[in-house]
Amino acid sequence: MATTDIGVAEQASRRQTRRLKRQDRAFYWLAWGSAALVVALLLGILLSLLWESLPSISTFGLPFLWHERWSPAKHIFGAAAPIYGTLMTSLIAMVIAVPTSFGIAMFLTEICPKPLRRPIGTAIELLAGIPSIIYGLWGFFVLAPIMQHHVQPFLLNTFGDLPVIGFLFSGAPYGIGMLTAGLVLSIMILPFITSVTRDVFETVPVMLRESAYGMGMTTWEVVRRIIIPYTRLGLVGGVMLGLGRALGETMAVTFVIGNSHRIAASLLAPGTTISASIANEFAEADGKLYTSALVELGLILFVISFTVLALAKWLIGRTESY
Amino acid sequence: MSFIKTVVAGTAAAALSLGLAAAAQASDISGAGSSFIFPVFAKWGVAYKKATGKNLNYQSIGSGGGIKQVTAKTVTFGASDKPLSDEYLEKHGMVQFPMIQGGIVMMYNVKGIKPGQLVLDGKTVEAIYMGKITKWDAPEIQALNKDVKLPDQPIVVIHRSDGSGTTFNFTNYLSKVSKNWSDQVGSDTAVEWPVGLGAKGSEGVANMVKQTAGAIGYNEYAYVIQNKMGYSKMINKDGKIVSPSLESFASAAANADWKDAHNFRVIITDQPGADSWPIAASTWVIIHKEPKNPEAAKAALQFFAWAYKNGKPEAKSLDYVAIPDNVVKLIETSWSKIQHNGKPVYAPMMH
Repeated sequence: MATTDIGVAEQASRRQTRRLKRQDRAFYWLAWGSAALVVALLLGILLSLLWESLPSISTFGLPFLWHERWSPAKHIFGAAAPIYGTLMTSLIAMVIAVPTSFGIAMFLTEICPKPLRRPIGTAIELLAGIPSIIYGLWGFFVLAPIMQHHVQPFLLNTFGDLPVIGFLFSGAPYGIGMLTAGLVLSIMILPFITSVTRDVFETVPVMLRESAYGMGMTTWEVVRRIIIPYTRLGLVGGVMLGLGRALGETMAVTFVIGNSHRIAASLLAPGTTISASIANEFAEADGKLYTSALVELGLILFVISFTVLALAKWLIGRTESY
Repeated sequence: MSFIKTVVAGTAAAALSLGLAAAAQASDISGAGSSFIFPVFAKWGVAYKKATGKNLNYQSIGSGGGIKQVTAKTVTFGASDKPLSDEYLEKHGMVQFPMIQGGIVMMYNVKGIKPGQLVLDGKTVEAIYMGKITKWDAPEIQALNKDVKLPDQPIVVIHRSDGSGTTFNFTNYLSKVSKNWSDQVGSDTAVEWPVGLGAKGSEGVANMVKQTAGAIGYNEYAYVIQNKMGYSKMINKDGKIVSPSLESFASAAANADWKDAHNFRVIITDQPGADSWPIAASTWVIIHKEPKNPEAAKAALQFFAWAYKNGKPEAKSLDYVAIPDNVVKLIETSWSKIQHNGKPVYAPMMH
């Protein structure tokens, strides 16, 4: 009798094992399928962008990348101005946002009194939840007049006549332009970089930190010698997340950049970005070539974003091998 | 990082609600296109529903989008601020006719100059938009305004940044008054502007002119009136000074040569007539000659006939001009081309 009891128990356990194995298998393929779907989607988007931009690519070829003229009426299209605008506004945004974000994160993890950390942290994260159109409206109605009447005249008078950088601050103070767009972008990407930076700063083991302080290091030395080297990878990740957002931002930029297909040396001059051009012109674009040129702009943005991410991965890979 | 989750959830919700909005009822009169005509269609739609119980579903997605959708037969009619060429209409088996007219006005923000005090002409406006005239007290402007004290102030040129029928009509006017403009810049829904700042939408142009000292911009009449902005009088083709008004827009439309135009392709800028406003604009309706669904086409034509006949007060209240009766007659006669099995889908009663 005892043997059959064991048999029944064993059978039940085998059934259980088989069931678990089946579930495991199903989960294995589900996970594989999801991962494959992402890659398939990415390739699909790339291919459809390529396909739609074929008329433009075959008409203008590679010079599309460095020709500045964009004349829908004359069927002449060149992407140089939007590419320049995209890179320049993102650069301005990064120059402002990266040091500020690091400063905020440092303050929150090292200096800020404990009871204030959560409210300040939450306030910064809330900035990320504001829709970009609101940033655009605020930039246009509030920031642009301040820029026009106070900031830009100051920049023109102070730096306009300097020998090396003077050309960056020339022209008329319109209020809107590349600098204003970069400024609005910097506020938009600030919460992204700050939260990632703060999160990685908090991963530094307390032991390491306390030992450093115990040895008589100042706060600045702890940040410079312990925290930043320890969290380098995460910092690059946070910066890249912000850059990715800045490159693709559309509505807020459209409001404040001045939307002009020209490359000007001055930061105060109007310009345009890839995503702003597409948002502005796609609805009314008629004719194959015009639409196709706009899609090719999209393709270029895709390639730029992809390159930035790939570069970030490569950088992280390099720092890891140290 | 819960804030990223919030962002993702918000985006998903927005995408879902857009999807739901796009699924419209099949029995409606469906159209898409020009945003210029949208306020009129919206008002007519409400009145038409009250009168007949039929629903108008018009999507204000821009003329380019409207042309694409009607060509693909996803809507019964399209509306465009730029007329289509004979070749395009022939190739896709479509016809077009004007539905509504309006005017484009130069607006400005110069301290000390009252609305309607300034007089401009086509050549001067062209030179300003070419970047040749850069100051308000330039001799060319002063010559047209001998009694006005003009300030020594730079002109800030504002144009539309998005593709727009308003831009098409404005640049069409500049091309007609200047060969130089026509050769170098041309006329389209978006052009290569030699100078200036781009603002998105009619509201964008109005706001940017309002908050930029020394700015000049072109805009639909309604926006200029509603914003109580400075606007200029213009010197028309006959050399007369005219003020922007529904009467001067109507005069431009009435003096245009509709009879000899193929597919009603008359762009009513720079038209003759002592009272004609020089930068008037029309919106065209585009519809298939052999509709996939003749019932839907008939319902759409019935609505247009109703609008020509009864929609004038609504159009006027929104600062648009109704199509003159003699042109409506030509249009309704042309509808005999819209056929199913060799018979017109709808023959309106001639007045």
